[in-house]
Amino acid sequence: MSKDKEYLIKRGNSEYEVIIGLEVHAQVLSKSKLFSDSPTTFGAEPNTQVSLVDAAFPGMLPVINEFCIKQAVKTGIGLNAAINKKSIFDRKNYFYADLPQGYQISQYKDPIVGEGSILLDLPDGEKKVGIERLHLEQDAGKSIHDIDPQNTLVDLNRSGVALMEIVSKPDLRSPEEVNLYIKKLRSIMRYLGTCDGNMQEGSLRADVNVSIRKTGDKKLGTRCEIKNVNSIKFMQMAIEYEANRQADILEEGGSIAQETRLFDTKKNETRSMRSKEDAHDYRYFPDPDLLPLELTDDFISKIKKEIPELPDEKKKRFVDKFKLTPYEANILVSDIETSKYFEDVIKNSDIKLATNWITGELFALLNDRNLEISQSPISSKNLSTLISLIKDGTISGKIAKTVFEIMANESKDPKSIIDEKGLKQQSNPKEIEKIVDDVIKENPKNVELFKSGKDKLFGFFVGQVMKKTDGKANPKLVNDILKKKLN
Amino acid sequence: MSDIINLTLSALIDKIKKKELSSQEITNAYIERAEKSKDLNTYITTDFENVIEKAKKFDEKGNFDYKLPGVPIAIKDLFCTNNLKTTAGSKILSNFIPSYESTVTQHLWDEGAILLGKLNCDEFAMGSSNETSFFGNVESPVGKKVVPGGSSGGSASALAAKLTPATIGTDTGGSIRQPASFTGTVGLKPTYGSCSRYGIVAFASSLDQAGPMTQDVSDAALMLDVISKYDTKDSTSVNFKRGDYFKSLSSNIKGKKIGIPKEYRVDGMPKEIESLWQEGISLLKKLGAKIIDISLPHTKYALPAYYIVAPAEASSNLARYDGVKYGYRSEGENLISMYENTRSAGFGDEVKRRIMIGTYVLSSGYYDAYYLKAQKIRRLIKNDFDEAYKSVEAILTPSTPSSAFKIGDKTDDPVSMYLNDIFTVPVNLSGLPAISIPAGKDKNNYPLGLQLIGKAFEEQNLLDISYSMEKELSFKNNLQDWWIK
Repeated sequence: MSKDKEYLIKRGNSEYEVIIGLEVHAQVLSKSKLFSDSPTTFGAEPNTQVSLVDAAFPGMLPVINEFCIKQAVKTGIGLNAAINKKSIFDRKNYFYADLPQGYQISQYKDPIVGEGSILLDLPDGEKKVGIERLHLEQDAGKSIHDIDPQNTLVDLNRSGVALMEIVSKPDLRSPEEVNLYIKKLRSIMRYLGTCDGNMQEGSLRADVNVSIRKTGDKKLGTRCEIKNVNSIKFMQMAIEYEANRQADILEEGGSIAQETRLFDTKKNETRSMRSKEDAHDYRYFPDPDLLPLELTDDFISKIKKEIPELPDEKKKRFVDKFKLTPYEANILVSDIETSKYFEDVIKNSDIKLATNWITGELFALLNDRNLEISQSPISSKNLSTLISLIKDGTISGKIAKTVFEIMANESKDPKSIIDEKGLKQQSNPKEIEKIVDDVIKENPKNVELFKSGKDKLFGFFVGQVMKKTDGKANPKLVNDILKKKLN
Repeated sequence: MSDIINLTLSALIDKIKKKELSSQEITNAYIERAEKSKDLNTYITTDFENVIEKAKKFDEKGNFDYKLPGVPIAIKDLFCTNNLKTTAGSKILSNFIPSYESTVTQHLWDEGAILLGKLNCDEFAMGSSNETSFFGNVESPVGKKVVPGGSSGGSASALAAKLTPATIGTDTGGSIRQPASFTGTVGLKPTYGSCSRYGIVAFASSLDQAGPMTQDVSDAALMLDVISKYDTKDSTSVNFKRGDYFKSLSSNIKGKKIGIPKEYRVDGMPKEIESLWQEGISLLKKLGAKIIDISLPHTKYALPAYYIVAPAEASSNLARYDGVKYGYRSEGENLISMYENTRSAGFGDEVKRRIMIGTYVLSSGYYDAYYLKAQKIRRLIKNDFDEAYKSVEAILTPSTPSSAFKIGDKTDDPVSMYLNDIFTVPVNLSGLPAISIPAGKDKNNYPLGLQLIGKAFEEQNLLDISYSMEKELSFKNNLQDWWIK
């Protein structure tokens, strides 16, 4: 990374580098919970997706959901990570009203997935961000404080839902890198179908660890952990605030206290939640209700076979095979649905045109209407047809934009729109010649001026022909014929 | 009537199958005797109205092919029973009515048994004398003001007093075998993983195991046939090939190699226990078994290791009793004070002591020195047994280092109370099966038991050896029914 693009906090003569590590909590895409068969549907009526196990009734026992194990292994493979053939579920003990067991079943010393990495695409090249580990754990329920003035209400629908905690190494250096990291992680998991990455529904949230150090220093500074941030924008704001807060303290000769902080989204500031001294002693120990989880080579290799082409490979293929620029490829592969759409379109149409139309007109349309590509009013098949019609000269690029607009509103196929509206390009040389003759007849003065050397008037004649044909005349033919007639 | 209550479980079943006795006759006999035996305080909850209904239904159209056809049974109040209060002997669950049934009790009902009621036990099964129950201590029928042992004290007392033809208890550190030994009954702790823990109020998950408590060894085999089944609802349940224990019972133990561990000769052990053990050894020799001296060198570390592992797991297992979801609640100004008030009032002293010990040994900075070390010792103890089982098939020891004591004798001294478990805890730490059979009496005429420890999943072997010994011992409790009103 070039020096001038570095994200640094400046105070007087000092420059501080920001060191960021993320603990992402990603909800496993699974019909049932990690240790019970209750459903995980989002937005259900409170306490309707709760089994006796989830509510921790006496004598109830956890039974591991094999599908969630598969999902975690799959994600691990997608993160180029080591899969641990033996992992252990531990109990993390603490009291809270929405934690029915009085402990969370998590993985502490022996997680299911070990070290891996994620590749970020920065404007000036790639950057590898290390993954420390991935482990499985249960989500807690939800305490609701604002419905009943006297009581806190508890909704256990989420209690026991499977989460993957994905811990990065402290390799991130700026809010923008965090943005790219989360997007890439999300993209990989969506490709794999292991997490829907829906941040609004809380399927993806993160604890953000931030520390700063003077540029050139090797030793890491004391970090603060900002808990449970649920959007990329808030993560970036929290980092920005926190890094500046720490710089102010250091600049005044103070020292950073290791602590857990909360990000207040309304005031745009982080606030101390608890200091290191007040940190919980979770009394982790292996859950005696569950045996160590042992995976066979066969189990892992079967999952490996199910891994689809991931964004990095797909990008490489798009660049190599379709001759896209890395930039274009990045845009098209970041979302699996977009890449599918793209590949559908180019089955029967020009790659270059398709790339431009998708990243240009289509993205603008979707953005405008706040739609996902899966909700696009223009199907990949219709866009493909439109592009073919441009390519074979049936319509001009300009007309195509008109057709596109109609398609966006009426979801019709471009051929019928062109027929209905009579938008087909006039490519009959005889007809165009007749119109050219008319234009020449009607503008004798300009013809004279043109012949006397005013070359710029050529455009005027083209414009006149287009006007007479409602813009449908084939521009190339118009040019050729005009040139012939005028010279 | 008095004939009925004197029948063993298998004899009773025989009479039901031959239609010599009806389920109602039997049920009424036990209810009648229970009504007269209230002073023993064996029951926490009776379900007499329902059981009479069930007996009637059984007599009308019951299936006589069941293993426990129409047999009324009372069980330890640690097993969750659908629609019937389940307290675990604690105030904190004193109003708790499960909407589900434990797997083990379900197996009983599936084989035709009917539930008389729930038997007293130490609070959350923590105790060796049934003196920690919120519902009061249980008296043993073997003597006035004598403890029945614990934690399955209510079960042992009810069984010895003939208030139930058989029962089931749970054994975490000796909670089936020690009370069986104290009351002159048979108690079997199966291999860890034999009987499902689903629906049993958990004390220490890696040690808890349900098992039969019966009048004789055949009855134990019969009960084990019913309750030992693989269960996918318990991740620690083991899917091994279970025997047909009752049918396969054999008293031929010629040539079997039995180990005698020298480490079970502890300081201060009464002479009568030592001689009981010697008599057991002689008997086995007489029956054709081969006696081999063995060593289990880490035995002395078992008790301290147990009293770290069990409280550690308990401290976490009991965290769910917080007043939020079910059970007893004592209000407070905020969440924390509600927790404190609920748990202060809801748990008794012994439970609190163990929660504190458990919390301490798991705390950061202490974990390695206590919990982790205890786990290592646990492994060494298991290794001792594995090593011994290279040369023997079973091990004979006394069940307890003393006979039953008087109520109140040890309540002020938890350590001397814990010492009661010295011969039983190594078995739980190793996950092995063991049985206690009545083998003699002390100078006060209180029963004494011998323990046989077997190889994992080889319950049949244990049952056969104890069956052959039982025949020769012909132990009789000869209780005088002094408590009957």
